[in-house]
Amino acid sequence: MEKKQLAAIAASHAPGAVVTEGLQFVEISVEPDQLLKIAGALKYNRETLLDLLVSVTGMDWGQELGTIYHFRSTTFNHMIVLKTRVSDRENPEIDSLCSLYNAAEFHEREVYDLLGIKFRGHPDLRRLFLDSTWGFPLRKDYKDDINIVAK
Amino acid sequence: MGMKGIKNEEFRDNETLAKLQESGANVFLATIDGVINWGRKNSLWPLTFATSCCGIEMMATGAPRHDFARFGMEVYRASPRQADVIVVAGTITNKMAPVLKMLYEQMSEPKYVVAMGACAISGGPFYLNSYNVVRGVDHIIPVDVFVPGCPPRPEALLYGMMQLQRKIDTETMKSRKKRSESHNTL
Amino acid sequence: MEEAVKSVVPENEEYVINMGPQHPSTHGVLRLVVSLKGEIVQNVQPHIGYIHRGIEKMCESITYPQIIHLTDRMDYLSAHINNEAVCLTVEKALGIEVSDRVKYIRTILSELTRIQSHQLFWATFGMDLGALTCFFYGLRDREKILDIFEETCGGRMIVSYNAPGGLMNDIHPNFQKRTKEFIKYFRKTIHEYDKLLTGNVIFQERTKGIGRVTREDAIGWGMTGPVGRASGFSCDVRKHNPYSAYDRVTFNEILYDEGDTFHRYKVRMDEMLESMNIIEQLIDNIPEGPWTEKMKPVIKLPEGEYFQSVETARGELGVFIVSDGNKNPFRVKFRSPNFVNLAPLNIMSKGSKIADLVAISGSLDLIIPDIDR
Repeated sequence: MEKKQLAAIAASHAPGAVVTEGLQFVEISVEPDQLLKIAGALKYNRETLLDLLVSVTGMDWGQELGTIYHFRSTTFNHMIVLKTRVSDRENPEIDSLCSLYNAAEFHEREVYDLLGIKFRGHPDLRRLFLDSTWGFPLRKDYKDDINIVAK
Repeated sequence: MGMKGIKNEEFRDNETLAKLQESGANVFLATIDGVINWGRKNSLWPLTFATSCCGIEMMATGAPRHDFARFGMEVYRASPRQADVIVVAGTITNKMAPVLKMLYEQMSEPKYVVAMGACAISGGPFYLNSYNVVRGVDHIIPVDVFVPGCPPRPEALLYGMMQLQRKIDTETMKSRKKRSESHNTL
Repeated sequence: MEEAVKSVVPENEEYVINMGPQHPSTHGVLRLVVSLKGEIVQNVQPHIGYIHRGIEKMCESITYPQIIHLTDRMDYLSAHINNEAVCLTVEKALGIEVSDRVKYIRTILSELTRIQSHQLFWATFGMDLGALTCFFYGLRDREKILDIFEETCGGRMIVSYNAPGGLMNDIHPNFQKRTKEFIKYFRKTIHEYDKLLTGNVIFQERTKGIGRVTREDAIGWGMTGPVGRASGFSCDVRKHNPYSAYDRVTFNEILYDEGDTFHRYKVRMDEMLESMNIIEQLIDNIPEGPWTEKMKPVIKLPEGEYFQSVETARGELGVFIVSDGNKNPFRVKFRSPNFVNLAPLNIMSKGSKIADLVAISGSLDLIIPDIDR
C-alpha cells in the first residue's frame, strides 16, 4: 500500500492524532490518554490489521519522556509507528498495551527498568535487569561519576 | 601463537618462577613435592563457567581440533565442590559478582583461577562508560594466570593453562600453606 | 507416626527450586526459578540481568563506526549479521548505495554465519539431551567455517568486518576456493547429523509434542526466527523485506505447522541446506568493483529516526537509531530476537515435566548476552 493511502486510512481511525509521513513509515503522534483506544482501533480494523508488535523504545527527549511503538501487519507487510510523550518527569505514567499484545509485557518492563516510566494496567511491573535501588540509567540526567565520562 | 617463539629448554626452566617462591627443603621432601605437583598439574578439572563470548572459545578448546583433554582437563565438573580450576570466561557484571564469589568460596583447596579474555582482566571493551561492569575479576577473587585476547584463540588459552601448570610445578609444602591462608577470602 | 510425616515437606504442595546462573547447559547466565508440584512444572520465572553491560547507554558516547565493535559481542554467534544491521541503517540514513560486490560478499558471509550458528545449536542441543557425541561432531565441522572467517576477516567468531559504506578490506584470494570446498564437504557430512540424532527414537520421544506453540500465540508474543517458522508464522525478513543480495537468489522459506520442539529443531536443519543453496548461487558470480564507498572521516547522520531489520540465525534483529545531527547517536535501540523469544517460556512449559524444561529452553536457542545487552 502506498504511504499516502496508508496515512489517510490511519488518520480516519485516529481522530485527534497528528499523522505524518516519515522517511520510511507512517508516523502517528498521540496523546497518552488516547493511546490504548487508537492502538486497539488500528489493530482490529480490516484495512491496517497491525497484529505484530515489533518493538517498544523508551526515549528521553531532554524535557519530556516518551515511548515509540513499531507495529507491523503480517497480512499486508506494512509498518506503522506510534509515538507518545509525557511531560511529568517525577512520576510518568502511560497506559499499558498488554491487553492487546502479549509481547508488550517484557518490553514495557525493560522501559520501566531503564527509564522509570510506569505502565498502568501492566500485570507484573517489576524491574528486569537492575535491582530496585538503582536509578534509571538511560535518562539523560543520570549521574555516575565513577563509571561514566560525562561529555 | 606464542609457543613457536620460546625454546623448549627455556619453557621447562622454572628457576625464575621458583625464586619467587620460598625453597630450601631437603631432598626427601623435594621428591614428595615433585610427585604431588606432578599429580596436581596433570589433572586439573575445570568448572563449567562461561558468561559470554569467551565461553564459546573455551568450548572450542575442548573440541576435537585443539583438544583440552590431552592435558588432563577434559572432565568438566558442574559442581564447584568437585572442580580444581575456574576459568572465568566472559564479562562479570555487578549482579553476577556475588555469585562468582560464592562459587569460588565453595571450591575446595587446592583451587586456581584463570582470567580468560579482556573482559575478565580489566573490563575489556566495556571499560569506558558502562555502568554495570566490574573492571577486572581480580577485584573479587585472586587470579593466578591472565590470558589476554578478545576472545583469546584456543591456542592462547592452552598456553595459559600450560603456564598454570608451570606455576604449580614450583610449589613446596611451605608455599602451599602460605597460599591457602592468603587466598582464603572468607 | 503422624508427627514424623508432618515434619517433612508435604507431598501435595508446591516447592520452589532454583536453576541458578551457573548451570551446565551452556546457554549462559540465565536464572530460572521453577515452582514444581512433584515433577510437574507449575510456573517458571526467568531472572535476567546477570550480563547486562549497558550497551545502549554506551552507544550514546561513541561514534557510529565504533558501534559495530559492540554489536559483535551481543549475539556473538551471528556476529557478522549484527554488524550488517548497523551498517545498513547508517547507509540508509545517509542515502548511500553500496556496490554489488559488497552486497554479494555480505550475503555469502551472512549465510556462512548462519550455518555455523546452527551447527553449534545442533552440538549443544544434543549435549543437553545427553548425546555427547553431537558436541564433538558439530564443533569439528564448525572449525572449517572459522578457518574461512579467519583468513578473510581476521577473527574467528568476533569478526567486525563490515564498516559503514562497505567492508574493512577486500576478500582473500583463497576465499571462493575454500568456500566451495567446504560446501562440497558439508553436503556429504550433514547426513551424519540426521543419522545420529534426527532419526534416533529416544530423541524423537523426548521432543515430539513438547512445548507446543500455536500460530496465533507466536504472533501475539512476537516470536520470530526458526521458533516462529516452526509454528507456521511466515516471518523471514529475507523474503518479506529483502536487503543486500537476497532479492537476486531463490530459496525456500521453511515452514512447519506443529510448533513443537522437534519441528523447531527440524527447521534449523533444513535452513542449513537452504543456506548452502544460496551460497552456491552467489559464490561464482561475485562482480568486480570497489569494496567500499568513499566516506567522510567523521560520519554524521541527518536528524531523524531510522529503522532496519535483518534476519539473524535466531530471529529478527531490529536496529533503531535516533539522531540529532551530531557524530554520536542520540539513542540506539536493539530489538533483539532472544529477548522476545524468552518471554513465553512460562506458557510453553506449564504442565510439563522438569526434564522437558531443559529440552524446551534448548530448542529456543537462547543467547543470554543478546537478551541483556
